[in-house]
Amino acid sequence: MNHLPLIIKREYLTKVKNKSFIVMTILSPIIMIALIAVVAYLSNLNNEKIRVISILDESGLVKNIFKDSGNVHYDLLEGVSLDSAKDIVNETTNYGLLHIENIKNIDSVSNHIKFYSKESPSLTLISDLERKLEKAFTNLKIQEAGIDISKIEASKVNINIGQENFSGKQSSKMDSVIKLIFGCAAGYLLFMFIIIYGNMIMRSVIEEKTSRIIEVIISSVKPVQLMLGKIFGTSLAGITQFVIWVVFGGLLMTIVSLVLGISLVDSSMPQQELIEMASDKGTEFYFESFKQALSNMPLINLIVAFVFFFVVGYLLYSSLYAAIGAAVDNETDTQQFMLPILMPLILAVYIGIFTVIEDPHGTVSTVFSYIPFTSPVVMLMRIPFGVPIWQQVLSLLILIGTFMLTVWFAAKIYRVGILMYGKKPSYKELLKWIKY
Amino acid sequence: MTNLLEVSEVSKHFGEFRALNNVSIQVPKGSIFGLLGPNGAGKTTLIRVINQITMPDSGEVRLDGDLLNPTHIKDIGYLPEERGLYKSMKVGEQALYLAQLKGLTKTEAKQRLKYWFDRLEIGDWWNKKIQELSKGMAQKIQFVVTVLHNPKLLIFDEPFSGFDPINANLIKDEILRLREDGATVIFSTHRMESVEELCDDIALINKSNKILEGKLIDIKRQYKTNTFEVGLEANNKIALKTNLAEKFVVTEANFKSLNNDLKLNIRLSQNETAQDLISFLNQQARINHFVEVIPSANDIFIQTVQNN
Repeated sequence: MNHLPLIIKREYLTKVKNKSFIVMTILSPIIMIALIAVVAYLSNLNNEKIRVISILDESGLVKNIFKDSGNVHYDLLEGVSLDSAKDIVNETTNYGLLHIENIKNIDSVSNHIKFYSKESPSLTLISDLERKLEKAFTNLKIQEAGIDISKIEASKVNINIGQENFSGKQSSKMDSVIKLIFGCAAGYLLFMFIIIYGNMIMRSVIEEKTSRIIEVIISSVKPVQLMLGKIFGTSLAGITQFVIWVVFGGLLMTIVSLVLGISLVDSSMPQQELIEMASDKGTEFYFESFKQALSNMPLINLIVAFVFFFVVGYLLYSSLYAAIGAAVDNETDTQQFMLPILMPLILAVYIGIFTVIEDPHGTVSTVFSYIPFTSPVVMLMRIPFGVPIWQQVLSLLILIGTFMLTVWFAAKIYRVGILMYGKKPSYKELLKWIKY
Repeated sequence: MTNLLEVSEVSKHFGEFRALNNVSIQVPKGSIFGLLGPNGAGKTTLIRVINQITMPDSGEVRLDGDLLNPTHIKDIGYLPEERGLYKSMKVGEQALYLAQLKGLTKTEAKQRLKYWFDRLEIGDWWNKKIQELSKGMAQKIQFVVTVLHNPKLLIFDEPFSGFDPINANLIKDEILRLREDGATVIFSTHRMESVEELCDDIALINKSNKILEGKLIDIKRQYKTNTFEVGLEANNKIALKTNLAEKFVVTEANFKSLNNDLKLNIRLSQNETAQDLISFLNQQARINHFVEVIPSANDIFIQTVQNN
């Protein structure tokens, strides 16, 4: 008798109908979007505030370089002493006072510039001032040396290396960025999925033990069936939740950004390069190279591989979680077994971030995209950069083989563990269970 | 009478630990079979072997003549000692699920559940969650779920624990009724009074070995010691007692009586009968109380286990 569909249905329905599951499903995207909105709103607010900086340039060398821009305005003070300037600024709401001493020698004046403020000034503001002054003084020195600045400006060359592989496919810097985003997103998604829903499986196995229903159940079904039913049922519930999160979250994000008139995406996107690139070359170039980068990616390969590596990788880890759940009596006892599961997972993500980005086809990334416990994450991160199909298939086969081995191993622990009460097993005992 | 269940020479080891050592039992069709033994003797392991939860290292188990196989799951109803239900699931849903796992279709399960729920007057619990019920109430549900698929073989491990006397009685009557309807019952318990009351056959397991098996009546016959409990009325009790002690093995007895009797247990030798004793006593005193001492299941249990 095959009860697997029945078990999957029960696991799925109890998960989905659970109150805290429903609350989490609805609340999580709301909280996430609310957080992003608040951060975006606040940083917008911060940017809109105009700061006024008073300048007292006693040397008279650079007073012309301060031009109001954006949210920083300058107020030039003249013919006052430093002390009275300080008093003046202190009485106003001005942000601070930049003081340049009365020294005509450029080399020595550069060490006699001070910024006075009520509170410690923002780092970006100071470095902005420093950049401005450096540029002004450098130009002054160049002039002193008798060199024509316009000639130097004219002799600057801007290089943008075009990329093309031997089969004539064109690409750009944009490509790597897009690939990186896709790879990291896929890897992270799997990582998060394993941690969240693996734990859920573990908890539901423990629940069956603590409620003592387990013996009733396994007098009707094989423990392996029960375990697989749990894994599949919980995964389906997980996928449901994930889809709702993505759809609902996306919807909310659009609504919120429309209502508030702020682009949430920009402020939450850390890809500095993208933004710089966009501002350098204009948005048209940005979209052109974005489209090209997308078309340069092995999209179909990526999607197919994503599905396979995601599913098998997740199943591999979740069978381990199920075995842990069966081995212990309560959640606090799971700690000693969690580390060996989390280690390869975290390792995979680090390898993905540090080596795949540097060198997607280097030895380290290649080797780890074969090792079963890291391969799902690392391979998913590598694939956007183009991995030969045979490598993917080989890695997948190793993964599937390991998965079957793990299920066998987990089922053994599961079979014995679910009937064991009252003691926290050691690794040695787990090994013994396998031999039973 | 044929046997429904035949366990032959079953052994099971867990690592170094030997849980069952060549255990064989025969459970006659239509009987209530008491599976007895001290804690940790191997009863639960044997029951798990019969339920195909644990595979034996050696030996075989036949149900109705066939070697145990997965189709037998629907023929067995098992109420384990460690039992429980999904706490946050509704009573009805849960009972349906467990019944379907035993091979019933949903409509069949619904019908039978309705019958049983009405019978035990628990119909209005259908939409309650288990965690809202008391322990005894949950036990009732568990009992229903165990017997719902009309199994040939019912295995109850301490079925009365957690029940008040009224409900325990109710369940006892249900078990007896199920037996009348043709089910065979294996009954594992430490409560000897219920063994006395219910069981036709018993097997005693101690330290992984079966040490006793048979009809309870036969075993009692085998264990009786030709001892009689008497209450005697006489003028000189001390003289009477010394007189009797010269002829028989006499010990003090303890029972309730309305008279101020001399209460004794008198053990006869193999070739003496109750008639001999009565005629002897008749000459010496007035007999108010005369009964043969039949060993209780409790006595047999303690005696066999301690001598083992």
